[in-house]
Amino acid sequence: MGYPHKPHPKETVVLSKHFGEADARSYKGWVKRGGYEMLKQALTMEPAKVIDVVKESGLRGRGGAGFPTGLKWSFMPKEKKKPHYLCVNADESEPGTFKDREIMRWTPHALLEGAAIAAHAIQAEVTYIYIRGEFTEPWTIMERALGEASAAGVFGGMKVHLHRGAGAYICGEETALMNSIEGKRGNPRIKPPFPAAAGVFGMPTTINNVETLAAVPHILKHGAAWYKGLSLASPKSTGTKLFSICGHVAKPGNYEVTMGFPLKDLLYDLAGGMRPGRTLKACIPGGSSVPILNREETESCLLDYEGVVEKGSMLGSGGVIVLDDTTDMVYQIMRLARFYAHESCAQCTQCREGTAWTTKILERILSGQGKTADLDLLLDLADNMTGKTICVLSDSCAAPVVSGIKKFRNEFEDYIAGRRKPVMVA
Amino acid sequence: MADDIVNLTIDGVAVSVPKGTLVIEAAKQAGVLVPHYCYHPGLPVAGVCRMCLVDIEKAPKLQIACATQVAEGMVVHTQSPQAKKGRMGVLELLLINHPLDCPICDQAGECELQDFTFQEGRPATRYSPDYPKRFNPVEDFGPDVLYVPNRCILCTRCVRFMEDVAKEPVLNVSERGDRAYIGIHPEARLDHPWAGNVVDLCPVGSLLSKDFLHKARAWELDKTASVCTGCSQGCNVTLDTRDDVVTRVRPRPNRDVNRYFICDHGRMNYRWLNRGDRIEAPLVRRGGELHATDWDEACERVATVLRGAGGTAVSLVSPRASTEALFLARELFAGLDWTGAFQVVMGEEAPLAGVPNLALRAERAPNGRGAELLGYSRDYAAALAAAERAAVVLVLDEPDVALKTAGVVIYAGTVLPERARDAVVVLPIANVAEEDGTFVNRDGRVQRYFQAKPAPGMARPAWWVLSELIAALGRADRLASAAQAFDRMAAAVEPFRGLAYAELGFGGKPTAAGALVPA
Repeated sequence: MGYPHKPHPKETVVLSKHFGEADARSYKGWVKRGGYEMLKQALTMEPAKVIDVVKESGLRGRGGAGFPTGLKWSFMPKEKKKPHYLCVNADESEPGTFKDREIMRWTPHALLEGAAIAAHAIQAEVTYIYIRGEFTEPWTIMERALGEASAAGVFGGMKVHLHRGAGAYICGEETALMNSIEGKRGNPRIKPPFPAAAGVFGMPTTINNVETLAAVPHILKHGAAWYKGLSLASPKSTGTKLFSICGHVAKPGNYEVTMGFPLKDLLYDLAGGMRPGRTLKACIPGGSSVPILNREETESCLLDYEGVVEKGSMLGSGGVIVLDDTTDMVYQIMRLARFYAHESCAQCTQCREGTAWTTKILERILSGQGKTADLDLLLDLADNMTGKTICVLSDSCAAPVVSGIKKFRNEFEDYIAGRRKPVMVA
Repeated sequence: MADDIVNLTIDGVAVSVPKGTLVIEAAKQAGVLVPHYCYHPGLPVAGVCRMCLVDIEKAPKLQIACATQVAEGMVVHTQSPQAKKGRMGVLELLLINHPLDCPICDQAGECELQDFTFQEGRPATRYSPDYPKRFNPVEDFGPDVLYVPNRCILCTRCVRFMEDVAKEPVLNVSERGDRAYIGIHPEARLDHPWAGNVVDLCPVGSLLSKDFLHKARAWELDKTASVCTGCSQGCNVTLDTRDDVVTRVRPRPNRDVNRYFICDHGRMNYRWLNRGDRIEAPLVRRGGELHATDWDEACERVATVLRGAGGTAVSLVSPRASTEALFLARELFAGLDWTGAFQVVMGEEAPLAGVPNLALRAERAPNGRGAELLGYSRDYAAALAAAERAAVVLVLDEPDVALKTAGVVIYAGTVLPERARDAVVVLPIANVAEEDGTFVNRDGRVQRYFQAKPAPGMARPAWWVLSELIAALGRADRLASAAQAFDRMAAAVEPFRGLAYAELGFGGKPTAAGALVPA
């Protein structure tokens, strides 16, 4: 659903409370809503104390990996020998994910406030907000908001820069993003060194997702205990999360629910269920990079880091892609593989060659020329592509292939056996 | 010190290495070569080819040996089923877009893609012949470098060499995914004075030397350790010979001199080693003309001249002559009023920015320092003036000699220039590829070079010729080898004292003059 819309009763609106209120975009409007109060408070606190509160809240990275945010901040050198940097990952390019875009569109100051608090906590004097190149509207809004906030002096001595990406998916990977900021080709870096030791420009750097940072002022305002208490299920997943739901549902859009919320309710209540006459076939719960869930798994899945892992997938970025019974799973998976083949940075052999080969095999199966051995080949190829590269783009290509063949093998076999009409793939 | 040493086990072999060592280097200590492409000890670690996957106990997944530092008690398995499968997977993927045109590829026989595929690759590909292979046309990168993108495995060694070692970043990875290839700046050429190293660094036949193109198959080449004669840096090189013809010069690693690199000037400076217009027999002047003869007569003729000689003697020598020959050319005139000098062709200095103290030196000769240590002067003009009044003049392989003298000229050389035809005796000697010997580089390091091919006809190494002359005069025993010549010099000449030829090894040793850098 677009904004403004009335929140569904089952939603818990924290981050999205002011979505749809055009006035909230302005500095004055934001201050009227209590904005920047928490930054003022944070600046009176010892950085270590801010980190403690965030640690205590259980906030985990909303970009996909789910790494505990407070812990990540605590990796920054205690004794400051070099300039510290904060990078904000606003390169939201995971297919199926569009939550950070809405945060930046409606509440740009929430992000700026969260970023400024984080910068204080990690003692960073410079913050880079790396915004996806295609995000023209969020860019304009962020630019205006940054101008207003800077003019109002909310950042004190801190410098905040917006940096616009040029359209590469891989630049959402944190080390590729740092290379991109430096003006280099967006190639992921080998770790170690980790960003906290040598990040952007070789300096200690923390990199956080937009949604993660937007949650920070709320945690300071209401306390870590409140944030933890929002969780419905696992104590390891706390707070609320924005889920972007897209695909074959009646009301695609962003919905904010607490961690542990049933995926079934998100799908059938908040998103209005399947389109008329259709039934659920599969769901990719965490952006295109995670394993596919079948109907049973989807309908019994709880939306928190542990709950989705239990079903064999990952919470990822919270981009829920819903596929109904009309979906050609082979075609769907081929499209995903083709995306990764297009976006591979070409560094690691497995990814550069493996994503393209995977795509070719899937295209051939769709064209009716597939061989029975192709399925075992795809699985073995996926194994060779998993856990062996610098970043996880290669793994991300393999995940839907492996889960797709496992759960929807008959659809592949229909193409190979000639039981299904070949598809022209262009 | 114990804190700086890390103990680990690689394939069951216990090794102890300095802290910070990479697993791939530690494995070499255990006698294990972990297959790799992007890793090169002379370049920054990239960790991109993912070929060197190894199994490390307690690690959650396979690790790349090139980017993993050793840790105390680490247990590494390079041959575990998972590690072997991981590497086999990489090899298969590297080959799906590879043209497999080994029969027409210069790299065949010394190709790491061939070697590791034979070692642990799949016996057959699973890549369907229905799928097209990536195609890009051959690019002319620079004066000596061709790029064959179809063979490229994108290890990025060439890109890193130009960026981090040559510090002239004209190469990059262009495009993404399986469309990627090595690109060159549209307005640049790969014409850096050290650019040829990218050809050596390329693990496959993707970067080729135009000079070596289709000249020889790798397995036809014999390899001999040598020292570059291009300048006073003294880069260690390998001479590749086919049927006794030098066909290629490549760098030979020496951490103290040239790391893994040589400059293009040195690389191309080998054709003179194959000259056909060589003196093949000793010549003596008889009735106003030079006549071919045997070594006995030639030596006796020189001995006769020297026995009766008094007054001054002058040696005009080439700074390309071996240290041993230079020593003996001085010894030959013991007892006479002696002047020795050499001249050096000068050129432009061309440093390799990323490696300290490595450059194509302005002084374009390998042994000027050796000549200096042996008492030869750089004042060539003074020596020429002295030669006018000298009783006897020895010219040692210096064809460019504007010599006017009333005395007797003895010419020892590889070729016979017009100006040397006044000589009373002409003694044919071997060139650097045809003898054993040493040079002293600009930093005072003595380095051995080895014989790569036979000398033509009756030509002999200069140390042998001069030792025969000294023996004919009854002053010293004959020398049987360059080693004996060197050891005699080490016993007699201060900067060389304490050194022994047999102990110089392949990497050389500093002389006592090592610390002194010539002005």
